[in-house]
Amino acid sequence: MKEPLFLKFDAEGKQLLCQGEWTLANLGNLQREVKKAAWPRSGKLQINGAGISKMDSAGAWLILTGSQQLEAQGVKTQWAAFSAQSEKLLDYVSKKMPGLADLPTVTPPSWITRLGKQTLQQLRETQAYLHFLGKLTFEALGLFFHPRQFRLSSIVNNIDKTGYRALGIIALLSFMIGVVIAYQMGFQLRNYGANVFIVDLLGLSILREFGPLLSSIMVAGRTGSSFTAQLGIMKINQEIDALNTMGVTPGQLLLLPRILGLLITLPLLTVWADIWGTIGGMLMANNMLGVTPYDFLERFQREIPLRSLLIGLGKAPVFALLIASIGCFEGMQVEGSAESVGTKTTRSVVLGIFFIILADAFFSIIFSKLRL
Amino acid sequence: MPDSAIIEIKDLSTYLGGHWVNKGLSLSVQRGEVLGVVGGSGAGKTTLLREMLWLQKPQSGSIQIFGTEITTASAATLLALQRRWGVLFQSNALFSSLTVLENVAFPLKEHTTLSKKTIRELALLKILLAGLPADAAVKYPSELSGGMQKRAALARAIVLDPELLFLDEPTAGLDPNSAEGIDDLILNFQATMGLTIVIVTHDMDSLWHATNRVAFLGEGKVLSVEPMAQLTANPHPLIKQFFTGPRSRAAKGTYQ
Repeated sequence: MKEPLFLKFDAEGKQLLCQGEWTLANLGNLQREVKKAAWPRSGKLQINGAGISKMDSAGAWLILTGSQQLEAQGVKTQWAAFSAQSEKLLDYVSKKMPGLADLPTVTPPSWITRLGKQTLQQLRETQAYLHFLGKLTFEALGLFFHPRQFRLSSIVNNIDKTGYRALGIIALLSFMIGVVIAYQMGFQLRNYGANVFIVDLLGLSILREFGPLLSSIMVAGRTGSSFTAQLGIMKINQEIDALNTMGVTPGQLLLLPRILGLLITLPLLTVWADIWGTIGGMLMANNMLGVTPYDFLERFQREIPLRSLLIGLGKAPVFALLIASIGCFEGMQVEGSAESVGTKTTRSVVLGIFFIILADAFFSIIFSKLRL
Repeated sequence: MPDSAIIEIKDLSTYLGGHWVNKGLSLSVQRGEVLGVVGGSGAGKTTLLREMLWLQKPQSGSIQIFGTEITTASAATLLALQRRWGVLFQSNALFSSLTVLENVAFPLKEHTTLSKKTIRELALLKILLAGLPADAAVKYPSELSGGMQKRAALARAIVLDPELLFLDEPTAGLDPNSAEGIDDLILNFQATMGLTIVIVTHDMDSLWHATNRVAFLGEGKVLSVEPMAQLTANPHPLIKQFFTGPRSRAAKGTYQ
């Protein structure tokens, strides 16, 4: 049998001789040896620390838990021959040992508690969102009476960031979606020899649905998330609190310029997406169905009513309000930690896209009732 | 206590943001002492600390910690060294997504193969040693007061039972009572665990109360390393100016 490294039990002298380095690095081995040792069941035991070359608080913890267990079994223990430093450490650690039992146990709540909590939280958040909207509306109306609080440069800056710098990616995406739609529809139309109807299908679907929807979803991912992250970090840094104490509401300086900026930007981006989507479809129609750009455009202006463009454009401001208000609201909901910024940013994008699609469905129902 | 140097810095020079933060700086820290580092704003205290932790690289010079030259050390050597020191950052740097217990247990989980139960008990022990109540362990850092966060961060710094502890402004932003508590903790750790501690601080009370020697940084060098009583009497103009304010006189009056 291998000679134990750290422990020697002297049964006659009722002594436990500890030796070697009782440190965190050796704790695993120490624990194994302590477990293997044949402990007395009664009587007295002297724990002798003369052989300990180095002890840290992990070693002290092990000695103390060991002697606690022995005491519980009815063995009286006492320390002997520890160095002055070790003795101090043992004293210090032993004062804190009773506290180890006080760790509150955190039991995960049952599913019904979680469901209840979630429901209440959702309701509260909805209420908070409505409160937020109401307050902002009030502040926006206030701008009519205090035009000096209207921050034009801030709005322009936001238009630049959320609109101008998004032109490239939105053009590219719409172009490709135009290509894809034309390709899918072209297959069916070619079967019936109705090639030229690609113009009607493509024009209507892009102007009424894909243009506004695509640009909104892009903007929700690109701009909604950045609103939330920016405002969230500002909230954590107490910049929002600082503004409040200076008598400038975050509403005027941060929120309204963002919301108004996006309100202007998104309809413009929609037109941009319409143009590039149509170009993409037109190229595909030319390649696949033999409808030349000349025929395409000539039929486009004859068959596609202006109404389609206006319906598509009419949705954009609603989507813009949804994205911007959700992005700003979630940003202002950030509390305390970096993790909170992450969750709120995710929420902002998911909720933004969810409500865009929900609103789009509502529009479809309303338009069908109105026979538009 | 053997009088050996645990940190030995020689001719350290750092060029940062268009000027020399320190130039030809030399300093040695003895085993078992509490060394304060002071100096005016921008004297390079934090830079020096970051260089000792190898978070920032100097232009030239040598830094030996535990007798190992860290400026040329391999990643594996550095890792082994890092396990032997603990750091308390100025803004605590607690992981906000973990509870205090998880925060403190994190280094143990990463660096040891101990059982979960052992890790939990050791981490909780360190939390208690740092003077926090047990029920703070299950809270998140954002739910704690500034002083408690500091203690939690200190618990995390000592969880691997380091031989060397770096503290960056441990009492900044704390009320006098909490600050005193932290100072007492530092002294306690030094006395019971034989820690060597380097404290970067501006807190006059900490300097008087908790340090054995104080290094004064200025003009890119260590102008003087001596106990507070001697340092405050040092005739060097920068040091004299630093210690002549009413705050430092009040602190001196209390401790002398």
